[in-house]
Amino acid sequence: MAAVIDKDKCCYCGGCVSVCPVNALELKETYVEVSDKCISCGACEKACPAGAIKVKK
Amino acid sequence: MKYDSEWDVIVVGAGPGGLKTGEEFAKRGCKTLIVDKKQQIGPPKRCGEGLSMRWIKVGELKPNPRWAVQEITGVILIAPSGKRNEIDTSKTGRAGYIVERSQLEKEMAFEAIRAGAKIMLKARVFDVLKSGEAITGVKVNYEGKDTDLKAKIVVACDGVDSRVARFAGMKTAMPLTECDSGYQYEMAGVKLLDQSKMELYFGEKVAPRGYVWIFPKGEDVANVGIGISSHLEKSAKEYLDEWIETHKERFEKASVVEVNAGVIPVCAPIDEFVADGFMVVGDAARIVNPIHGGGIGAALEAAVMAAEAGAEAVKTGDVSKQKLQKYKDTWDEVRGKEFAKILKVRKFFEKLNDEQMEIISSSVDPKVLVALGHGAGLGTVVKALAKASPNAAKFALSFIKGGSDGTE
Repeated sequence: MAAVIDKDKCCYCGGCVSVCPVNALELKETYVEVSDKCISCGACEKACPAGAIKVKK
Repeated sequence: MKYDSEWDVIVVGAGPGGLKTGEEFAKRGCKTLIVDKKQQIGPPKRCGEGLSMRWIKVGELKPNPRWAVQEITGVILIAPSGKRNEIDTSKTGRAGYIVERSQLEKEMAFEAIRAGAKIMLKARVFDVLKSGEAITGVKVNYEGKDTDLKAKIVVACDGVDSRVARFAGMKTAMPLTECDSGYQYEMAGVKLLDQSKMELYFGEKVAPRGYVWIFPKGEDVANVGIGISSHLEKSAKEYLDEWIETHKERFEKASVVEVNAGVIPVCAPIDEFVADGFMVVGDAARIVNPIHGGGIGAALEAAVMAAEAGAEAVKTGDVSKQKLQKYKDTWDEVRGKEFAKILKVRKFFEKLNDEQMEIISSSVDPKVLVALGHGAGLGTVVKALAKASPNAAKFALSFIKGGSDGTE
C-alpha cells in the first residue's frame, strides 16, 4: 500500500478513486481504502483537493 | 429492511442523476430499485450548487424556497487585474438559482418513491453479475451482508468515483489533465459584491485552468470555492486558502459551516454509454460541462434519455446494447455537437496566460464570454485576441487552422 491517506485531512470526496488507473482505491462513505493493487503512480496525490495523500515510491 | 432480489432496473447511485433515472423508469412502469452506499441521500456535497433554469426545466424540477435558496440574475467575471465584467442574465428570463442541494436531493428522492421506485441505503455495489458478456445484476453489500440482486438493466449513476462502469469493463479513470480538483467553504458573514450575482475570478496565480467562485446562497451566506487543474503540485485547498487570505476584507465577519471537496471531470465523455443490460448516466459517463464544471443538469437530461430508451427495452424484452444504443444516439444528437465545442473552448482557454486573458476581458462583449459556457463565441474570442496582440495572433491562427470551426 504505497498511497497513504491522512484521514484527518481527507474530505472523502472520491476524487482519488476517479483518477486511479488501476482501480486500487475505494471510497467507503467516509474513508478511502487502498488495496495492494496500488502501483505508486502518484495520480491520487496530485488530484487530491485537500492534499491528504502521500505516495511512497 | 426486506427487499426483493429481482428487478427490472437497478440504479446504482442516489444522486440527482440516479434519483431522476429511477423516477423516470418507475413512471414508465418498470420495477425500479435505487441503491446507494451512503446512509443518507444528499450530503456531503461535492458541488458549488449553481443550477440554471434551463436544467431545472429539463429535469422538470419545481423550484421552492426550501432548495432554491437564492435566485441568480447575473454573473460577474473578474480578470486577473481585478477588472470586472458584469452580465445581467435576468433579461433572458431568470438565470437560475444557487440551491441547497441536500434538500433538493431529498425532495427528488421523495418524487422517485412516489413514482414507485424503491431506495436501498447503506448498500455498496462491489461487482456486477454477468451472463456471458451481458450484465444481469449487481453484487451488493447491504447492511454488512453480501447479496446478489438481479436486474434486466443496471444503470451506473455512481458519480465521479464510479466503479460500476469499470466492473462492466469500461475504462473511466481520468488522466490528471482531464479533470479539475475542487475545494470549497460554505460560509456565513461573507461580504458579497451583489446578493444575486455569481462571482467568478480568473488568473494563472488565482486558479490555474479554473476559477475561484463566490456563489451567494441568501443573506450573507455563500459557497466560496475553487477548481484547478488536477495535475498541479499544490492542492486546491492551498490555492483557495491563499485567495481568501489575499481578499480577507471580504471575510472579516465570515466563518465556515461546511468544508467540501471534489474532483470534476472536464474531459470528453466515455466512449460507450451502454452495454448488454447496462447503461451509464451523469458524472459516471463524464458528461460534465468542461468549461464551468456543472454536472447536475447534464445528469438530469441524460437520466430522462436513458429511461426513455431503457423502459422501451424492458417492455420489449430486448436489453441488448443495440437496443439500448438509442440512449447514446439521442444524447449525441441533442448534446454531442455542443459538447465537442465546449471541449474546444476549454482547450483554448487553458493555454492562455494572464496577459491574453486581460485582452479578452477588455475587448470581448461580456455576453459572448458567458456564451462560451455553451460552446458558442470562440471565433469571436480568437479574432479579438489575434487583433490585439501579435504574439497571440500566431497562436490564434494556428488554433484556427488546427480545426476550430470559428462558429459564433
